Amino acid sequence: MKSYILPQYLVERDDYRCIRCEVCARQCAFDVHWYDEEEDAVFADESKCVGCLRCVTLCPTNALVVRHNPTQIPPNANWTGEVLRNIYRQAETGGVLLTGMGCDKGYPIYWDRIVLDASQVTNPSIDPLREPMELRTYLGAKPDVVKVGRKGGKPSLETRLTPQLRLETPIMFSAISYGAISYNACESLARAATEMGTYYNTGEGGLHRNLYKYGDHTICQVASGRFGVHADYLEVAAALEIKIGQGAKPGIGGHLPGEKVSAEISRTRMIPKGTDAISPAPHHDIYSIEDLAQLIYALKEATHWEKPVSVKIAAVHNSAAIASGIVRAGADIVALDGIRGGTGAAPTMIRDNVGIPIELALAAVDTRLREEGIRNRASVVVAGGIRNSSDVIKAIALGADAVYIGTAALVAMGCHVCQKCYTGKCNWGIATQDPYLSKRLNPDVGTRRLVNLLTGWSHEIMEMLGGMGINAIESLRGNRLRLRGVGLTQEELDILGIKHAGA
Amino acid sequence: MKIEVDHHAGLPGVFARENGKVRINAGTLHYRELNNMVKGAAAEGLEEIELENVFGQRYIGSGIRRPVRITVHGVPGNDLGAFMDGPRITVDRNAQDGVGNTMNSGTIVVHGRAGDIVAMGMRGGKIFIRDGVGYRAAIHMKEYRKHVPVLVIGGETQDFLGEYMAGGLVLVLGLGKKGKPKLAARHIGTGMHGGLIFLRGEVEEHQLGKEAAVERASEADLEMIRPHVEEYTNYFGGKADEILGSGFIKLYAKSHRPFGGLYAY
Ligand code: SF4
Ligand code: SF4
Repeated sequence: MKSYILPQYLVERDDYRCIRCEVCARQCAFDVHWYDEEEDAVFADESKCVGCLRCVTLCPTNALVVRHNPTQIPPNANWTGEVLRNIYRQAETGGVLLTGMGCDKGYPIYWDRIVLDASQVTNPSIDPLREPMELRTYLGAKPDVVKVGRKGGKPSLETRLTPQLRLETPIMFSAISYGAISYNACESLARAATEMGTYYNTGEGGLHRNLYKYGDHTICQVASGRFGVHADYLEVAAALEIKIGQGAKPGIGGHLPGEKVSAEISRTRMIPKGTDAISPAPHHDIYSIEDLAQLIYALKEATHWEKPVSVKIAAVHNSAAIASGIVRAGADIVALDGIRGGTGAAPTMIRDNVGIPIELALAAVDTRLREEGIRNRASVVVAGGIRNSSDVIKAIALGADAVYIGTAALVAMGCHVCQKCYTGKCNWGIATQDPYLSKRLNPDVGTRRLVNLLTGWSHEIMEMLGGMGINAIESLRGNRLRLRGVGLTQEELDILGIKHAGA
Repeated sequence: MKIEVDHHAGLPGVFARENGKVRINAGTLHYRELNNMVKGAAAEGLEEIELENVFGQRYIGSGIRRPVRITVHGVPGNDLGAFMDGPRITVDRNAQDGVGNTMNSGTIVVHGRAGDIVAMGMRGGKIFIRDGVGYRAAIHMKEYRKHVPVLVIGGETQDFLGEYMAGGLVLVLGLGKKGKPKLAARHIGTGMHGGLIFLRGEVEEHQLGKEAAVERASEADLEMIRPHVEEYTNYFGGKADEILGSGFIKLYAKSHRPFGGLYAY
């Protein structure tokens, strides 16, 4: 069938600059570029271009420009180029539209309508370059009261704490499975988390044997498919996370298509090579909060009560009530993933239309847990569109204990958010299992880039804290008075629990 | 069955210990206390652990990685043997929901019936249930290389048997009924993409999920399942030959890629 889909991008090559090195042709897994010997020229099939900019970035002479195809249908606010493209694609295949990464629709980003406070005159600001500044964060249940006694003349804690995760900076790497991303990408995340004293999350794809040595900085996920979940996996983890939902696709399960289940993936997930890895939409042992409690305690029991257990949900309309149930069910950490959260593959309509922005969910959950007097019983971690250090610090002031970053971490490793992760042809060596592509991401370089990102963000957070006259992130947690809204309605301000700027 | 509290059993806790064997009176112990004792005994190297007066304590056998033998006198709670890796558990009465949840290796033998989601996500080991089970048995059971889980159910099962099944072997013997058993369950093998289910008797097309295919079990199939049937009759009595000779059907996945064509790439 002839495709009616217009190329989304134009590839423009400056023939004068082009030295026919064929780098672009070799780099593009979508086969856009080719060199024609007879004509001694390089050509492009633009219909295949996904806009990942790998060729543009690597072209040694800056001969390439990739830009949006300006040929569009007559301007129309309803029947946009994207709407038509989707309809043509479905008319030509009869399939469910698939996409990768997070929702790209223009829902309000509340982080950009919230501003931070700073000290002026009274309560002097602090210079983190000279004075101590603490970002250390402990995740886990905190006791209702703390009893301090004395042992040998020294104060000592009498209250027995439940297991905690210690983070040197309140930023962790989100759950991304081996399968969704390459081994090299997983290794980069694991090593960077270890170096920075924080954690990464295996996602639901099990843990590759070679990465067990980073177990102290690994959160192992237990999802509905239970892939790769066995005694060693539970034992090696620093914490366990029950994945109920994910911001990019609340309410639905996932399929890792059989063609991505390579020998190594099959070993890690413990399923035969080439079969679809199907994660059912719900956990079939969890149909209620009581059932959730049962799995939480099953995991605690299986790991001798030595590890915190997190429960991750997608941010949806009644997240606050659900979070309350999760805390009461015995979770040590509640992880919330907002509508902008990324994915390796999700049906487009679900990614773009289901769930709520993380800012509103976070505020609602934190408020609810406080009102019920159970906020101390679990830490709150948020994910789904955290783009920079100011998003982090605003999240913490809104009530989060820490954040998860997924997309930002992949971007640090080279991702250009082309949203084609589900094809398995990621030219940046990230969302692929093709050895030719994945070796483009050198784990040494990936680790360095991630460590640099977290280092930069951590410094910025310290600067902003210092500016507010605060010397520990703990003092900002849930301190919404240090936030103001700009251009928000009263309803939005009420949900966020913040005042408008100027008030 | 009437369950009687054994008032003579004394206080909960360990009450006997002799050459490699320990007896624990579970009684009203919280599961955490009970399991701590069981784990402690296993860690000490004791090989046989008898639990008396068990009253619904959950997670028995979970978190133990040695091939200890645990005998449960009474009714264990949900998630018996969840994430289990090695022990052998015998229950002398019924079991509840979640028997062998995400179990990795070991054996569970239940002298009675079991509740819902028996063998959910089970990846290795064996489970034998003398009587019937509830809903969603063997859901998302899977296999990997030499780890092939086996679930043998003596009686009947409810709906969604083998849903999402990705591997392993399930036998439903349908014993205890005269003539050819006729399973009432629906949605059998929905989303099935691996593994095998053998049912004694017949099912009708509408009872199967659309991903499951059915055919009469061959001689080779029967030989393949024979050792498991024999193991069942060893535990619970009956004649393996008689059972095997009375007509089995085999359910298998039409494809190991059930959702291959679903998406528009
Ligand atoms: S990478 Fe740049 S210089 Fe090399 S062939 Fe392609 S367009 Fe020409
Ligand atoms: S990970 Fe790769 S395929 Fe996915 S959006 Fe980034 S660059 Fe594109």
